[in-house]
Amino acid sequence: MSEIPGDLKFLKSHEWARVEDDGLVRVGISDHAQGQLGDLVYVELPEIGSSVKAGTGAAVVESVKAASDIYAPVSGEVVEVNESLNDKPETINEDAYGEGWIFLVRPSDRAELDELLDANAYEELVESEDH
Amino acid sequence: MTEKTVLNATHRALGARMVDFGGWDMPISYGSQIEEHHAVRRDAGMFDVSHMTVIDLHGARTREFLRHLLANSIDKLKVHGKALYSCMLNEQGGVIDDLIVYYLGEEFFRLVVNASTREKDLAWIEKQAVAFDVQVKERPEFAMIAVQGPNARAKVLDLLHEVDRSRIEKLGKFSAAAAQGPHGMPLFVARTGYTGEDGFEIIVPADHAVALWAALADAGVAPAGLGARDTLRLEAGMNLYGQDMEEDISPWEANLGWTITLDEGRAFMGRPALEAQKAAGVKRVMVGLVLDDKGVLRHGQKVLTANGEGEILSGSFAPTLEKAVAFARIPVGEPGAVRVDIRGREVPVRLVKYPFVRDGKPCDGI
Repeated sequence: MSEIPGDLKFLKSHEWARVEDDGLVRVGISDHAQGQLGDLVYVELPEIGSSVKAGTGAAVVESVKAASDIYAPVSGEVVEVNESLNDKPETINEDAYGEGWIFLVRPSDRAELDELLDANAYEELVESEDH
Repeated sequence: MTEKTVLNATHRALGARMVDFGGWDMPISYGSQIEEHHAVRRDAGMFDVSHMTVIDLHGARTREFLRHLLANSIDKLKVHGKALYSCMLNEQGGVIDDLIVYYLGEEFFRLVVNASTREKDLAWIEKQAVAFDVQVKERPEFAMIAVQGPNARAKVLDLLHEVDRSRIEKLGKFSAAAAQGPHGMPLFVARTGYTGEDGFEIIVPADHAVALWAALADAGVAPAGLGARDTLRLEAGMNLYGQDMEEDISPWEANLGWTITLDEGRAFMGRPALEAQKAAGVKRVMVGLVLDDKGVLRHGQKVLTANGEGEILSGSFAPTLEKAVAFARIPVGEPGAVRVDIRGREVPVRLVKYPFVRDGKPCDGI
Protein backbone atom coordinates (compact mmCIF):
# COMPACT_ATOMS: atom_id res chain seq x y z
CA MET A 1 0.00 0.00 0.00
CA SER A 2 1.32 3.42 -0.94
CA GLU A 3 2.14 6.10 1.61
CA ILE A 4 -0.78 8.36 2.56
CA PRO A 5 0.17 12.02 1.95
CA GLY A 6 0.06 13.94 5.23
CA ASP A 7 -1.79 16.94 3.79
CA LEU A 8 -4.92 14.94 3.01
CA LYS A 9 -8.08 14.63 5.05
CA PHE A 10 -10.53 11.77 4.71
CA LEU A 11 -14.11 10.67 5.02
CA LYS A 12 -14.66 7.25 6.59
CA SER A 13 -16.12 6.27 3.20
CA HIS A 14 -12.58 6.61 1.72
CA GLU A 15 -12.77 9.95 -0.13
CA TRP A 16 -9.85 12.32 0.35
CA ALA A 17 -9.85 16.13 0.40
CA ARG A 18 -6.86 18.41 -0.17
CA VAL A 19 -7.01 22.15 0.48
CA GLU A 20 -5.12 23.84 -2.35
CA ASP A 21 -3.17 27.11 -2.00
CA ASP A 22 -6.11 29.03 -3.49
CA GLY A 23 -8.50 27.60 -0.86
CA LEU A 24 -10.26 25.26 -3.27
CA VAL A 25 -10.71 21.64 -2.16
CA ARG A 26 -9.62 18.82 -4.45
CA VAL A 27 -11.39 15.47 -4.00
CA GLY A 28 -10.50 11.89 -4.87
CA ILE A 29 -10.66 8.37 -3.45
CA SER A 30 -7.98 6.70 -1.39
CA ASP A 31 -5.48 4.18 -2.66
CA HIS A 32 -7.07 1.66 -0.33
CA ALA A 33 -10.47 2.32 -1.93
CA GLN A 34 -9.21 1.88 -5.48
CA GLY A 35 -7.58 -1.38 -4.43
CA GLN A 36 -10.85 -2.64 -2.99
CA LEU A 37 -12.83 -1.65 -6.08
CA GLY A 38 -10.36 -3.16 -8.55
CA ASP A 39 -9.97 -2.04 -12.17
CA LEU A 40 -12.00 1.13 -12.73
CA VAL A 41 -13.82 1.35 -16.05
CA TYR A 42 -16.12 4.38 -15.77
CA VAL A 43 -16.38 7.60 -13.77
CA GLU A 44 -19.57 9.66 -13.68
CA LEU A 45 -18.31 13.17 -12.97
CA PRO A 46 -20.41 15.94 -11.38
CA GLU A 47 -21.34 18.91 -13.54
CA ILE A 48 -19.27 22.05 -13.27
CA GLY A 49 -21.30 24.65 -11.41
CA SER A 50 -23.40 22.10 -9.56
CA SER A 51 -23.53 22.26 -5.79
CA VAL A 52 -22.51 19.36 -3.61
CA LYS A 53 -23.33 18.67 0.03
CA ALA A 54 -20.90 17.20 2.52
CA GLY A 55 -21.52 13.49 3.10
CA THR A 56 -23.80 13.01 0.08
CA GLY A 57 -23.15 11.51 -3.35
CA ALA A 58 -21.42 13.78 -5.88
CA ALA A 59 -19.91 11.33 -8.38
CA VAL A 60 -19.92 7.61 -9.16
CA VAL A 61 -16.98 5.35 -9.94
CA GLU A 62 -17.54 1.96 -11.51
CA SER A 63 -15.10 -0.91 -11.50
CA VAL A 64 -15.60 -4.16 -13.36
CA LYS A 65 -17.10 -5.50 -10.15
CA ALA A 66 -19.31 -2.72 -8.80
CA ALA A 67 -20.56 0.86 -8.84
CA SER A 68 -19.68 3.06 -5.88
CA ASP A 69 -20.94 6.50 -4.86
CA ILE A 70 -18.34 9.15 -4.17
CA TYR A 71 -19.38 11.44 -1.34
CA ALA A 72 -18.37 15.08 -1.16
CA PRO A 73 -16.11 15.69 1.87
CA VAL A 74 -17.24 19.33 1.98
CA SER A 75 -20.22 21.34 0.73
CA GLY A 76 -19.80 23.89 -2.03
CA GLU A 77 -19.76 24.47 -5.77
CA VAL A 78 -17.97 22.21 -8.24
CA VAL A 79 -15.55 24.44 -10.15
CA GLU A 80 -13.55 21.84 -12.09
CA VAL A 81 -13.72 18.13 -12.89
CA ASN A 82 -10.99 15.75 -14.03
CA GLU A 83 -12.12 15.28 -17.66
CA SER A 84 -9.19 12.96 -18.39
CA LEU A 85 -10.99 10.28 -16.35
CA ASN A 86 -13.60 10.02 -19.13
CA ASP A 87 -11.03 8.29 -21.31
CA LYS A 88 -8.70 6.93 -18.67
CA PRO A 89 -10.62 5.98 -15.52
CA GLU A 90 -7.74 3.63 -14.65
CA THR A 91 -5.73 6.74 -13.72
CA ILE A 92 -7.42 6.40 -10.31
CA ASN A 93 -5.96 2.89 -9.94
CA GLU A 94 -2.53 4.13 -10.95
CA ASP A 95 -2.33 7.39 -8.99
CA ALA A 96 -5.23 7.77 -6.55
CA TYR A 97 -3.73 10.73 -4.64
CA GLY A 98 -2.39 12.62 -7.67
CA GLU A 99 -3.47 12.42 -11.31
CA GLY A 100 -6.52 10.41 -10.26
CA TRP A 101 -8.29 13.31 -8.51
CA ILE A 102 -11.99 13.56 -9.40
CA PHE A 103 -13.37 17.08 -8.80
CA LEU A 104 -12.55 20.46 -7.28
CA VAL A 105 -14.91 22.30 -4.93
CA ARG A 106 -15.17 25.92 -3.77
CA PRO A 107 -16.15 25.19 -0.16
CA SER A 108 -19.06 27.08 1.38
CA ASP A 109 -18.26 26.13 4.97
CA ARG A 110 -14.60 25.58 5.75
CA ALA A 111 -15.47 24.34 9.25
CA GLU A 112 -16.59 21.09 7.63
CA LEU A 113 -12.94 20.32 6.96
CA ASP A 114 -12.34 19.98 10.70
CA GLU A 115 -14.74 17.06 10.87
CA LEU A 116 -12.65 14.95 8.49
CA LEU A 117 -10.09 12.34 9.56
CA ASP A 118 -6.42 13.24 9.30
CA ALA A 119 -4.01 10.91 7.51
CA ASN A 120 -3.03 9.02 10.69
CA ALA A 121 -6.61 8.47 11.78
CA TYR A 122 -7.51 7.28 8.30
CA GLU A 123 -4.58 4.88 8.22
CA GLU A 124 -5.76 3.39 11.52
CA LEU A 125 -9.27 3.02 10.12
CA VAL A 126 -7.97 1.13 7.08
CA GLU A 127 -5.81 -1.13 9.19
CA SER A 128 -8.71 -1.97 11.50
CA GLU A 129 -10.84 -2.80 8.44
CA ASP A 130 -8.17 -5.12 7.12
CA HIS A 131 -8.02 -7.18 10.30
CA MET B 1 -18.40 -21.57 8.45
CA THR B 2 -16.54 -20.60 5.29
CA GLU B 3 -15.08 -23.48 3.32
CA LYS B 4 -11.61 -23.40 1.82
CA THR B 5 -10.22 -25.23 -1.17
CA VAL B 6 -6.87 -27.00 -0.88
CA LEU B 7 -5.34 -24.09 -2.87
CA ASN B 8 -6.43 -21.43 -0.36
CA ALA B 9 -2.93 -20.81 1.03
CA THR B 10 -1.55 -20.70 -2.53
CA HIS B 11 -3.99 -17.91 -3.44
CA ARG B 12 -3.16 -15.97 -0.31
CA ALA B 13 0.58 -16.31 -0.92
CA LEU B 14 -0.01 -14.82 -4.39
CA GLY B 15 -1.68 -11.81 -2.75
CA ALA B 16 -5.17 -12.62 -4.01
CA ARG B 17 -8.15 -10.57 -2.92
CA MET B 18 -10.43 -13.17 -1.33
CA VAL B 19 -14.23 -13.03 -1.23
CA ASP B 20 -17.04 -15.24 -0.02
CA PHE B 21 -18.53 -17.09 -2.99
CA GLY B 22 -21.42 -19.40 -2.15
CA GLY B 23 -19.90 -20.14 1.26
CA TRP B 24 -16.37 -20.59 -0.10
CA ASP B 25 -13.38 -18.32 0.52
CA MET B 26 -12.26 -17.76 -3.09
CA PRO B 27 -9.88 -15.44 -4.99
CA ILE B 28 -11.71 -12.74 -6.96
CA SER B 29 -8.43 -11.48 -8.46
CA TYR B 30 -4.70 -11.57 -7.86
CA GLY B 31 -4.04 -8.06 -9.14
CA SER B 32 -5.80 -6.61 -12.16
CA GLN B 33 -8.98 -8.48 -13.04
CA ILE B 34 -8.83 -7.05 -16.58
CA GLU B 35 -5.29 -8.35 -17.14
CA GLU B 36 -6.37 -11.79 -15.95
CA HIS B 37 -9.26 -11.66 -18.41
CA HIS B 38 -6.90 -10.75 -21.28
CA ALA B 39 -4.43 -13.47 -20.27
CA VAL B 40 -7.15 -16.06 -20.86
CA ARG B 41 -8.30 -14.50 -24.16
CA ARG B 42 -4.75 -14.15 -25.51
CA ASP B 43 -2.61 -16.85 -23.89
CA ALA B 44 -3.52 -19.11 -20.96
CA GLY B 45 -4.98 -18.62 -17.51
CA MET B 46 -5.98 -20.95 -14.67
CA PHE B 47 -8.82 -20.91 -12.17
CA ASP B 48 -9.24 -22.82 -8.95
CA VAL B 49 -12.71 -24.31 -9.33
CA SER B 50 -12.31 -26.87 -6.56
CA HIS B 51 -15.40 -25.44 -4.87
CA MET B 52 -17.52 -27.10 -7.55
CA THR B 53 -19.15 -30.37 -6.55
CA VAL B 54 -18.19 -33.68 -8.14
CA ILE B 55 -20.79 -36.43 -7.75
CA ASP B 56 -20.27 -39.97 -9.03
CA LEU B 57 -23.25 -42.16 -9.87
CA HIS B 58 -22.92 -45.94 -9.90
CA GLY B 59 -25.40 -48.69 -10.62
CA ALA B 60 -26.84 -50.86 -13.36
CA ARG B 61 -29.75 -48.44 -13.89
CA THR B 62 -27.73 -45.19 -13.88
CA ARG B 63 -28.49 -44.31 -17.51
CA GLU B 64 -32.18 -44.94 -16.93
CA PHE B 65 -31.99 -42.70 -13.84
CA LEU B 66 -30.38 -39.88 -15.82
CA ARG B 67 -33.08 -40.16 -18.50
CA HIS B 68 -35.47 -39.26 -15.69
CA LEU B 69 -33.30 -36.67 -13.88
CA LEU B 70 -32.01 -34.52 -16.75
CA ALA B 71 -33.79 -32.34 -19.31
CA ASN B 72 -31.14 -33.03 -21.94
CA SER B 73 -30.96 -36.56 -23.29
CA ILE B 74 -28.31 -38.78 -21.71
CA ASP B 75 -28.66 -41.04 -24.76
CA LYS B 76 -26.65 -38.48 -26.72
CA LEU B 77 -23.67 -39.91 -24.79
CA LYS B 78 -22.57 -43.00 -26.67
CA VAL B 79 -18.79 -42.89 -26.34
CA HIS B 80 -16.86 -43.25 -23.07
CA GLY B 81 -15.58 -39.91 -21.82
CA LYS B 82 -18.18 -37.82 -23.66
CA ALA B 83 -19.79 -34.95 -21.73
CA LEU B 84 -23.20 -33.30 -21.89
CA TYR B 85 -24.47 -29.98 -20.54
CA SER B 86 -27.94 -30.21 -19.02
CA CYS B 87 -30.43 -28.58 -16.71
CA MET B 88 -31.87 -30.47 -13.77
CA LEU B 89 -35.49 -29.35 -13.37
CA ASN B 90 -38.13 -29.52 -10.65
CA GLU B 91 -41.70 -30.65 -11.31
CA GLN B 92 -42.72 -27.10 -12.25
CA GLY B 93 -40.04 -27.03 -14.94
CA GLY B 94 -37.88 -24.58 -12.97
CA VAL B 95 -34.09 -24.95 -13.01
CA ILE B 96 -32.67 -26.58 -9.84
CA ASP B 97 -29.18 -26.39 -11.34
CA ASP B 98 -27.21 -26.65 -14.55
CA LEU B 99 -24.47 -29.27 -14.72
CA ILE B 100 -22.11 -31.32 -16.84
CA VAL B 101 -22.48 -35.10 -16.92
CA TYR B 102 -19.67 -37.41 -18.09
CA TYR B 103 -20.20 -40.93 -19.42
CA LEU B 104 -17.47 -43.05 -17.84
CA GLY B 105 -19.03 -46.50 -18.12
CA GLU B 106 -22.43 -48.08 -18.59
CA GLU B 107 -22.76 -48.21 -14.81
CA PHE B 108 -20.72 -45.10 -13.99
CA PHE B 109 -21.54 -41.45 -14.76
CA ARG B 110 -19.98 -38.35 -13.19
CA LEU B 111 -21.79 -35.06 -12.51
CA VAL B 112 -20.15 -31.68 -11.88
CA VAL B 113 -22.63 -29.27 -10.30
CA ASN B 114 -22.41 -25.74 -8.88
CA ALA B 115 -20.93 -24.99 -5.47
CA SER B 116 -23.70 -22.65 -4.33
CA THR B 117 -26.35 -25.32 -4.95
CA ARG B 118 -24.43 -28.28 -3.52
CA GLU B 119 -26.72 -29.23 -0.65
CA LYS B 120 -30.04 -28.96 -2.44
CA ASP B 121 -28.60 -30.75 -5.49
CA LEU B 122 -27.33 -33.66 -3.42
CA ALA B 123 -30.63 -33.93 -1.55
CA TRP B 124 -32.62 -33.84 -4.80
CA ILE B 125 -30.41 -36.33 -6.63
CA GLU B 126 -30.36 -38.75 -3.69
CA LYS B 127 -34.13 -38.60 -3.40
CA GLN B 128 -34.65 -39.24 -7.11
CA ALA B 129 -32.01 -42.00 -7.18
CA VAL B 130 -33.71 -44.27 -4.65
CA ALA B 131 -36.24 -45.68 -7.12
CA PHE B 132 -33.43 -46.55 -9.54
CA ASP B 133 -31.14 -48.10 -6.95
CA VAL B 134 -28.33 -45.74 -8.01
CA GLN B 135 -25.50 -45.01 -5.61
CA VAL B 136 -24.83 -41.24 -5.23
CA LYS B 137 -21.32 -40.48 -4.03
CA GLU B 138 -19.90 -37.00 -3.55
CA ARG B 139 -16.13 -36.77 -4.20
CA PRO B 140 -14.83 -34.01 -1.88
CA GLU B 141 -11.33 -35.50 -2.09
CA PHE B 142 -10.98 -33.97 -5.56
CA ALA B 143 -9.75 -30.50 -6.46
CA MET B 144 -10.38 -28.94 -9.87
CA ILE B 145 -8.30 -26.51 -11.95
CA ALA B 146 -9.62 -24.97 -15.19
CA VAL B 147 -6.85 -24.06 -17.66
CA GLN B 148 -8.25 -21.87 -20.44
CA GLY B 149 -7.02 -19.87 -23.40
CA PRO B 150 -5.61 -20.32 -26.91
CA ASN B 151 -2.35 -21.76 -25.50
CA ALA B 152 -3.90 -23.62 -22.58
CA ARG B 153 -4.01 -27.08 -24.11
CA ALA B 154 -0.40 -26.98 -25.32
CA LYS B 155 0.81 -25.92 -21.87
CA VAL B 156 -1.10 -28.72 -20.17
CA LEU B 157 0.01 -31.33 -22.72
CA ASP B 158 3.66 -30.50 -21.99
CA LEU B 159 3.11 -31.48 -18.36
CA LEU B 160 1.56 -34.87 -19.07
CA HIS B 161 3.38 -38.18 -19.11
CA GLU B 162 4.60 -38.70 -22.66
CA VAL B 163 2.58 -41.88 -23.13
CA ASP B 164 -0.61 -39.82 -22.62
CA ARG B 165 0.22 -36.75 -24.68
CA SER B 166 -0.96 -37.63 -28.16
CA ARG B 167 -4.15 -39.25 -26.84
CA ILE B 168 -5.07 -36.16 -24.79
CA GLU B 169 -4.08 -33.87 -27.66
CA LYS B 170 -6.66 -35.66 -29.83
CA LEU B 171 -9.37 -35.37 -27.17
CA GLY B 172 -12.43 -33.80 -28.83
CA LYS B 173 -14.40 -30.88 -27.41
CA PHE B 174 -16.68 -31.90 -24.55
CA SER B 175 -14.76 -35.12 -23.96
CA ALA B 176 -12.68 -36.32 -21.03
CA ALA B 177 -10.03 -38.94 -20.34
CA ALA B 178 -7.65 -40.04 -17.62
CA ALA B 179 -3.97 -39.10 -17.86
CA GLN B 180 -0.85 -38.90 -15.72
CA GLY B 181 0.34 -35.44 -14.72
CA PRO B 182 3.60 -34.26 -13.13
CA HIS B 183 5.15 -36.84 -10.76
CA GLY B 184 2.66 -39.40 -12.06
CA MET B 185 -0.34 -37.76 -10.40
CA PRO B 186 -3.65 -39.16 -11.73
CA LEU B 187 -5.67 -36.57 -13.64
CA PHE B 188 -9.14 -36.50 -15.16
CA VAL B 189 -8.75 -34.13 -18.11
CA ALA B 190 -11.88 -32.71 -19.76
CA ARG B 191 -11.89 -30.45 -22.81
CA THR B 192 -14.57 -28.18 -21.37
CA GLY B 193 -14.70 -24.69 -19.93
CA TYR B 194 -16.63 -21.59 -18.95
CA THR B 195 -14.73 -18.86 -20.82
CA GLY B 196 -15.43 -19.24 -24.55
CA GLU B 197 -11.82 -20.31 -25.11
CA ASP B 198 -10.38 -23.73 -25.74
CA GLY B 199 -8.77 -25.47 -22.79
CA PHE B 200 -9.15 -28.16 -20.16
CA GLU B 201 -10.88 -28.55 -16.85
CA ILE B 202 -8.75 -30.92 -14.77
CA ILE B 203 -9.98 -32.92 -11.80
CA VAL B 204 -7.06 -33.88 -9.55
CA PRO B 205 -6.82 -35.54 -6.12
CA ALA B 206 -6.68 -32.72 -3.58
CA ASP B 207 -3.26 -33.73 -2.25
CA HIS B 208 -1.74 -33.15 -5.72
CA ALA B 209 -3.51 -29.88 -6.51
CA VAL B 210 -0.85 -27.53 -5.12
CA ALA B 211 1.87 -29.28 -7.14
CA LEU B 212 -0.24 -29.17 -10.32
CA TRP B 213 -0.95 -25.45 -9.82
CA ALA B 214 2.78 -24.80 -9.33
CA ALA B 215 3.69 -26.79 -12.46
CA LEU B 216 1.14 -24.84 -14.50
CA ALA B 217 2.46 -21.55 -13.11
CA ASP B 218 6.01 -22.59 -14.07
CA ALA B 219 4.70 -23.32 -17.57
CA GLY B 220 3.53 -19.71 -17.83
CA VAL B 221 -0.16 -20.15 -17.06
CA ALA B 222 -1.45 -16.99 -15.32
CA PRO B 223 -3.55 -17.35 -12.15
CA ALA B 224 -6.98 -15.81 -12.74
CA GLY B 225 -9.74 -15.15 -10.22
CA LEU B 226 -13.48 -15.53 -10.17
CA GLY B 227 -13.85 -11.91 -11.31
CA ALA B 228 -12.21 -12.66 -14.66
CA ARG B 229 -14.09 -15.95 -14.86
CA ASP B 230 -17.35 -14.00 -14.62
CA THR B 231 -16.53 -11.48 -17.38
CA LEU B 232 -15.17 -14.25 -19.61
CA ARG B 233 -18.28 -16.43 -19.34
CA LEU B 234 -20.57 -13.40 -19.82
CA GLU B 235 -18.75 -12.43 -23.03
CA ALA B 236 -18.99 -16.08 -24.11
CA GLY B 237 -22.77 -16.03 -23.59
CA MET B 238 -22.86 -18.57 -20.78
CA ASN B 239 -25.45 -18.45 -18.00
CA LEU B 240 -24.64 -18.18 -14.31
CA TYR B 241 -26.94 -20.10 -11.99
CA GLY B 242 -28.63 -17.81 -9.45
CA GLN B 243 -28.30 -14.78 -11.69
CA ASP B 244 -29.56 -15.87 -15.12
CA MET B 245 -31.76 -18.76 -14.04
CA GLU B 246 -33.26 -20.07 -10.83
CA GLU B 247 -35.89 -22.48 -9.56
CA ASP B 248 -38.79 -20.28 -10.64
CA ILE B 249 -37.37 -19.74 -14.14
CA SER B 250 -37.90 -22.26 -16.91
CA PRO B 251 -35.20 -23.04 -19.48
CA TRP B 252 -37.40 -21.42 -22.15
CA GLU B 253 -36.99 -18.10 -20.34
CA ALA B 254 -33.23 -18.55 -19.89
CA ASN B 255 -32.24 -19.23 -23.50
CA LEU B 256 -31.63 -22.87 -22.59
CA GLY B 257 -34.19 -24.35 -24.99
CA TRP B 258 -31.27 -25.87 -26.91
CA THR B 259 -30.53 -28.09 -23.91
CA ILE B 260 -34.07 -29.50 -23.72
CA THR B 261 -34.61 -32.77 -25.57
CA LEU B 262 -38.28 -33.63 -26.02
CA ASP B 263 -37.49 -37.08 -27.33
CA GLU B 264 -40.20 -39.65 -27.91
CA GLY B 265 -41.47 -41.36 -24.79
CA ARG B 266 -38.96 -40.02 -22.24
CA ALA B 267 -40.73 -38.92 -19.06
CA PHE B 268 -38.09 -36.64 -17.51
CA MET B 269 -38.69 -34.54 -14.43
CA GLY B 270 -40.39 -31.25 -15.36
CA ARG B 271 -41.34 -32.31 -18.89
CA PRO B 272 -45.15 -31.94 -18.54
CA ALA B 273 -44.69 -28.40 -17.17
CA LEU B 274 -42.25 -27.48 -19.96
CA GLU B 275 -44.62 -28.73 -22.64
CA ALA B 276 -47.55 -26.84 -21.10
CA GLN B 277 -45.49 -23.62 -21.00
CA LYS B 278 -44.50 -24.04 -24.60
CA ALA B 279 -48.09 -24.71 -25.69
CA ALA B 280 -49.35 -21.67 -23.78
CA GLY B 281 -46.57 -19.47 -25.21
CA VAL B 282 -43.53 -18.35 -23.26
CA LYS B 283 -44.06 -14.82 -21.90
CA ARG B 284 -40.49 -13.68 -21.38
CA VAL B 285 -37.29 -14.13 -23.34
CA MET B 286 -33.63 -13.71 -22.52
CA VAL B 287 -31.71 -11.35 -24.81
CA GLY B 288 -28.25 -9.83 -25.12
CA LEU B 289 -27.69 -6.09 -24.67
CA VAL B 290 -24.75 -3.88 -25.63
CA LEU B 291 -24.23 -0.38 -24.24
CA ASP B 292 -22.27 1.65 -26.80
CA ASP B 293 -22.15 4.73 -24.55
CA LYS B 294 -20.12 5.03 -21.39
CA GLY B 295 -21.49 3.34 -18.30
CA VAL B 296 -21.90 -0.17 -16.97
CA LEU B 297 -24.90 -2.50 -17.15
CA ARG B 298 -25.49 -4.26 -13.81
CA HIS B 299 -27.62 -7.03 -12.39
CA GLY B 300 -31.04 -5.72 -11.31
CA GLN B 301 -31.21 -2.62 -13.53
CA LYS B 302 -34.61 -2.03 -15.13
CA VAL B 303 -34.96 -2.56 -18.89
CA LEU B 304 -37.62 -0.55 -20.73
CA THR B 305 -39.23 -1.96 -23.90
CA ALA B 306 -42.34 -1.33 -25.99
CA ASN B 307 -43.97 -4.34 -24.30
CA GLY B 308 -43.18 -3.40 -20.72
CA GLU B 309 -40.34 -3.71 -18.28
CA GLY B 310 -37.65 -6.32 -18.05
CA GLU B 311 -34.57 -6.74 -15.93
CA ILE B 312 -30.83 -7.12 -16.34
CA LEU B 313 -29.58 -10.52 -15.21
CA SER B 314 -25.79 -10.74 -15.63
CA GLY B 315 -24.26 -7.41 -16.62
CA SER B 316 -20.72 -6.09 -16.59
CA PHE B 317 -18.03 -4.19 -18.36
CA ALA B 318 -16.66 -6.58 -21.00
CA PRO B 319 -12.86 -6.19 -21.16
CA THR B 320 -12.50 -7.69 -24.66
CA LEU B 321 -15.07 -5.24 -26.08
CA GLU B 322 -14.21 -2.31 -23.81
CA LYS B 323 -17.88 -1.63 -23.24
CA ALA B 324 -20.70 -2.98 -21.13
CA VAL B 325 -22.81 -5.99 -22.13
CA ALA B 326 -25.59 -7.85 -20.37
CA PHE B 327 -28.19 -10.57 -20.47
CA ALA B 328 -31.72 -9.32 -19.83
CA ARG B 329 -35.10 -10.99 -19.45
CA ILE B 330 -37.79 -8.95 -21.24
CA PRO B 331 -41.43 -9.44 -22.30
CA VAL B 332 -41.78 -11.42 -25.53
CA GLY B 333 -42.52 -9.53 -28.78
CA GLU B 334 -41.03 -6.70 -30.84
CA PRO B 335 -39.29 -4.64 -28.14
CA GLY B 336 -38.92 -1.30 -29.98
CA ALA B 337 -36.18 1.05 -28.77
CA VAL B 338 -34.71 -0.62 -25.67
CA ARG B 339 -33.41 1.49 -22.80
CA VAL B 340 -31.88 0.70 -19.42
CA ASP B 341 -32.47 2.74 -16.28
CA ILE B 342 -29.04 3.53 -14.85
CA ARG B 343 -29.42 5.52 -11.63
CA GLY B 344 -32.55 7.27 -12.92
CA ARG B 345 -31.16 7.96 -16.40
CA GLU B 346 -32.65 6.17 -19.43
CA VAL B 347 -29.74 4.96 -21.53
CA PRO B 348 -30.30 3.47 -25.02
CA VAL B 349 -28.90 -0.04 -25.56
CA ARG B 350 -28.68 -2.36 -28.56
CA LEU B 351 -30.39 -5.74 -28.59
CA VAL B 352 -28.00 -8.34 -30.00
CA LYS B 353 -27.62 -12.04 -30.56
CA TYR B 354 -24.93 -13.44 -28.28
CA PRO B 355 -22.26 -14.83 -27.59
CA PHE B 356 -20.54 -11.49 -27.55
CA VAL B 357 -17.02 -12.96 -27.91
CA ARG B 358 -15.79 -16.30 -29.23
CA ASP B 359 -12.22 -17.58 -29.52
CA GLY B 360 -10.73 -14.26 -28.50
CA LYS B 361 -12.64 -12.08 -30.96
CA PRO B 362 -15.84 -9.99 -30.86
CA CYS B 363 -18.69 -11.74 -32.68
CA ASP B 364 -20.31 -10.18 -35.75
CA GLY B 365 -22.74 -7.40 -34.90
CA ILE B 366 -21.32 -6.73 -31.42
